[in-house]
Amino acid sequence: MVVSRRATLSLRAVALLYLALLLLLPVGVVFWRTFEHGIATAWSFMTTPAAISALWLSILIAVIAVPLNTIFGVGAALVLARGNSRGKAILDALIDLPFVVSPVIVGLALLLVYGQGGWFGSLFLNNGIRIIYAVPGMVIATVFVSLPFVVREVTPVLREVGDEQEQAAATLGASSWQTFWRVTLPTIRWGVAYGVVLTTARALGEIGAVIVVSSNVAGSTLTLPLLVYQRDSQIGGQVTTSVYAAATELAVISIAVLLVMTLFGRRKDRQ
Amino acid sequence: MPAELQPAPATAAGTASLSPPPGAARTHARVRAGRSGLGLGVATLYLSLIVLIPLAAVVVKAFSSGLGTLWSSIDNTLVLRALAITLGASLLVAAIGAVMGTLVAWVLVRDRFPGQRIVNALIDLPFALPTIVAGLTLIALYGPNSPVGIHLAYTRGAVIVALLFVTLPFVVRSVQPVLIELDREVEEAAASLGAANATTFRRVVLPALRPSVLSGAALAFARSVGEFGSLALIAGKVQIASIVIYADIESGSEQSAAALSAVLMLLSLVVLFLIRRFGGRVGR
Repeated sequence: MVVSRRATLSLRAVALLYLALLLLLPVGVVFWRTFEHGIATAWSFMTTPAAISALWLSILIAVIAVPLNTIFGVGAALVLARGNSRGKAILDALIDLPFVVSPVIVGLALLLVYGQGGWFGSLFLNNGIRIIYAVPGMVIATVFVSLPFVVREVTPVLREVGDEQEQAAATLGASSWQTFWRVTLPTIRWGVAYGVVLTTARALGEIGAVIVVSSNVAGSTLTLPLLVYQRDSQIGGQVTTSVYAAATELAVISIAVLLVMTLFGRRKDRQ
Repeated sequence: MPAELQPAPATAAGTASLSPPPGAARTHARVRAGRSGLGLGVATLYLSLIVLIPLAAVVVKAFSSGLGTLWSSIDNTLVLRALAITLGASLLVAAIGAVMGTLVAWVLVRDRFPGQRIVNALIDLPFALPTIVAGLTLIALYGPNSPVGIHLAYTRGAVIVALLFVTLPFVVRSVQPVLIELDREVEEAAASLGAANATTFRRVVLPALRPSVLSGAALAFARSVGEFGSLALIAGKVQIASIVIYADIESGSEQSAAALSAVLMLLSLVVLFLIRRFGGRVGR
């Protein structure tokens, strides 16, 4: 289809204008609001005890949730791509659930299972383990919402490469452990890496599921996104610089994530 | 090649072949089947503990006081209004997203301009940016202190813009690969047979893109129905379902939260089923 120069240019203009208005302008305004009173002011808001502890909690939750979902993801992808059990189709369908269930429902679900009066609530509370309104609940919520990313990135790669190399390794006497480390893992590494980046981005940014199971107390159960949300930091719809500072921190992290994502995505596609 | 991977010495005298002894393949297959069964078991257990049991708790809670109570907690003006607004906004967002997403994908694949790779990378920004920040950006731009003088925050318009932001990558990333693979000779054939560009697009390009556009739009729809983070700050008094659920949880009425959740989950399941049935993949 040979599109005329004029049509090409107008399509390009419409697309770029749409992206600029929808993506760049709003994000740019947040940066501007953060630094409008100077870099020093913004920096002082980013380094308040509440902001630092929120950053650390976000990182802590991601550090627990990401490895768990990576191990599960690679394992489940192997089952889906290589296994021949009958239950496979059901697993395949259920794995996508976290992508379509509202995050708030995830929070409610955890409340009903682990909260006071919940299914297993008393079991944990009687043993002195607090899950809801504490960090463990926030970790479970994060694991829930970021569960499918690695599976969904790795499964198609495994299907595409087929299992001939793995069979060859097995024929040559390699144990399945050796085959996994030396043949399978090197093949899927960029797919895994890409899935890990997506999982990390979601884990650091999650709010809907986490807000329900957090006690929202600064210094103990407040993640960076929760710090941005906190209602009392916005007086009458007026957002304070401290909130913009926390948002800018998150935006900087996500731009780094985006860079890594682009890099890994390209490697993965080249494979 | 590492020593462990050296072929095992052939057992039968005189066989130079590296093929395993007869029957080995079958044993191997059986071992693998057993192991894959175990893997399936572990994966299902993990999924059950994290995802299935909690979601089951929501359904059980919704039905806990009987069907009558469930129905009465759904059949009230507030909940029905929330459902209507949420579905209406999600449909509108899916429709706009389908058109604009296809347009953006077209420009990214068929056009060449400086900075294109940066624009291409930017498409994923909504997946990388925490949703609460997305909501805050809209307050910064359209809120009470709006630098552009547009006061959109806390209205339905703001909800639509927020949802368009967070769902942008779905249609673009679902259409893009299909457009790259598309056989351009068919388009040339259509053109050489005298078809105008509009006709070629409508009769040749669009039918090839339709499944990917639809599955991208369905994903955008599903995401919009459940979206919370980007709307939490800017929805104001607009009764979006996820925000009504959150308010219910906060005020301690878990029963009505569970009832509305059950309706939304049913809706998500239908969308999930439709996407699986008519091609496309959830996610990316």
